Amino acid sequence: MVRQVKQAFFPVALVLFAALGPFILEPFDLVNLSAFSAMAIAALGLAFVWGTLGILNLGHCTFFGLGAYAYAIAVSNLGDSTLAALIGIALAVAFSLVLGYFLFFSRLGDVYLGVITLCVTLIFYSFMTSTADPSFHIGPVPLGGFNGITAVPSLNMPGDPQAFLSTEATFSICLLSLAGAYVLLSLLRSSDAGRIMTAIRESELRSELLGYDIRFYKLVGFAVSAAMAGLGGALYTAVMGYVSPNVFDLSQASQFVLWVIAGGLGAFVGPVVASFGFQLLSSQLGANQVFNTELIFGATIILFVMLAPQGLQPMLLGLSSLKFPHRFGILRRKEKPA
Amino acid sequence: MSKVPILAARGLVKRFGGVAAVDGVDLVVDAGEIRCLIGPNGAGKSTLFKCLTHQHQPTSGHVLFEGRDLQGLATHRIARLGIAIKNQIPSIYANLDVRENIRLAGLRRWLGKRQLNRVVELTLDEIGFDERLASQPAATLSHAHRQWCELGMLLASSPRIALLDEPTAGMTREEMLKTVDVIKRLNASATVIVVEHDLEFIARLAQRVTVLHRGKVLVEDTMDKIEANEIVRDIYLGRKKEAAHAEG
Repeated sequence: MVRQVKQAFFPVALVLFAALGPFILEPFDLVNLSAFSAMAIAALGLAFVWGTLGILNLGHCTFFGLGAYAYAIAVSNLGDSTLAALIGIALAVAFSLVLGYFLFFSRLGDVYLGVITLCVTLIFYSFMTSTADPSFHIGPVPLGGFNGITAVPSLNMPGDPQAFLSTEATFSICLLSLAGAYVLLSLLRSSDAGRIMTAIRESELRSELLGYDIRFYKLVGFAVSAAMAGLGGALYTAVMGYVSPNVFDLSQASQFVLWVIAGGLGAFVGPVVASFGFQLLSSQLGANQVFNTELIFGATIILFVMLAPQGLQPMLLGLSSLKFPHRFGILRRKEKPA
Repeated sequence: MSKVPILAARGLVKRFGGVAAVDGVDLVVDAGEIRCLIGPNGAGKSTLFKCLTHQHQPTSGHVLFEGRDLQGLATHRIARLGIAIKNQIPSIYANLDVRENIRLAGLRRWLGKRQLNRVVELTLDEIGFDERLASQPAATLSHAHRQWCELGMLLASSPRIALLDEPTAGMTREEMLKTVDVIKRLNASATVIVVEHDLEFIARLAQRVTVLHRGKVLVEDTMDKIEANEIVRDIYLGRKKEAAHAEG
C-alpha cells in the first residue's frame, strides 16, 4: 500500500502541475515546458526499453523523428491534429516492428544493435537533409531539406481543425500525456509481461530455457518504446511548429541516452527529471551564449559515469536506504567460493 | 513403462574440428527414470548433454522426445515441450530475489495468480528456503543455494523431463545429500537425467547408469553392477592401457 502511494506520487504531481501551471507561469515558459514534456515522453520510452529489457537503442531518436515528421505531414494534409498524432505513433511503431524484426530475429549482440540503430538514424538524417528540392513533397507539404517543415499547425480540438488549442491547453495536454506515459510504462513494467522482460535483461539463456520467446518480448518492448518516442515527436512538432532533420542527428540521439544515464538506468522518474533539467540547462546556456552547450553536456556525462554511474534516482534512493540495518546483514553474508 | 521412450538418442555424433566428442551414442530413457551419465574427464558427458538438449546441434544423429525429433526447434520451443535444463554453470536471475526467480519459472505455465503463488511457496518449501533466503537477491546466495535455486526453478516449471549437468559440483557432502532429496522430488513428476562425477551421489539416486568413454557408451546397467565392472573401474582409475592389454 505504501509502495503504491509512493508510486502514484509522481504522476499525481504531474497532473497537478498540468492543472495549475497555466495559472502560475508565463506563456513563454509554458511553451518551453510543453516541449520538454514531449522530449521527456520519448526519453521514458528509452528508459523502458533500455532499463527493463536491456536493449541499448542508440537510435531512439529515429522513432522520435518519424513521429515528428509524420505529424507535420499528416496535420497539414488532413487538418486534424489528433489523427496526425496517432499517425505519428503508428508510423514509429510500424518502423520499429520492421527494424526490430531484423535486429532481434537475427540475434544481434548488444554492441552491433547499438551501432546499427545509430546508423539507421543517421541514414534518416542524411536522407531528410537531401530533400531540399521542391519535388520532394507529400501532398502540399514540401519536405524542405535542411530547413525541414515549417509552419506546422499546432494541436486543435479533436475533430475540429479550426479550433486551435491555447498555449495553456497544449501545456496541460503535454504534461498529462507525460503522466499517462509514465503510468502506462510503470503498469507494463510491473505486469507479468514486464517481469518477463526484466528476466530477459537479467539472463537471456535462462529465459529461453524456461520457454520464453525472447525475440518476441524484445520486439514488443521495442515497439512500445517506439510508440512513446513517436508520441513525443508528434507533440514536440505540434508545440514548436516546425521539424527539421536535426531530430535525427547525433546530438539528438545522444541526448536521450544522456538523460537516461543521468536519471538512472532502470528508473522512470529519474530520466524524466534529468530530461527537464538538461533541457532547462540547455535553453539557459543557449540564451547566454557564454559556454558551448555540447561541451557542458559532454563534461556532465563523464562526471555522471565516473561519480554516479547508477544515475541520480538509484543513487538518491541508495543513500536513503543505507540506514536500514538489514542491508548490513546481506553485505555481511560471505559467499562460498564457486 | 510406456512404449515410446520419453527421450531417445539415435546415432548421435558431435565433432569439433577433427575430434569427435560424441561418437555415435544411442540412448533410450524411459518415462519416470532417473538416469545418470558418468564417465571420466573428456568422455563427452557435457557435450552429449548439450546435444541431448539441442544447445549444440549434433553433427549427425537425432534426439527424439516422445518420438518427436528436436531437430530445428528453437531453445524456447524445446523448453515448452516440457524439457527443463540445468547447465553446469548455474543460470539464474542474479539481481532478482529467489522468489521472483521461482515465480518466473512457474509463470510459463499460465496458472491463475493464486495457484501460481501456491506453486512458488510450495517450491520454496521443497528446496528448503526460508523467508529470509527467499527474499534475497539470487546473487547473494552461496554456491549450493544457487544450485538449489535453479533446481527450484526447474521444479516450479513442472517439466516432463529434467536434464541436470553436474548439480552437485562444488558441494559439501551434506549439501549433496540435500540435492539428492530435491532431485527425488523432481523425479516424483518428471523423468530425470543427471550428468555427474560423484559416485556416492549416483549410488543414492540412479536406477540405471550409463557410462561414457571417449564419446561412446561403454556400459549401461544398474549402479551395483557398474561398480563391480572391471573395465569401468580401470577407466576411472586411469588404468586404461593395462585394461586394454588385459583384454587383448
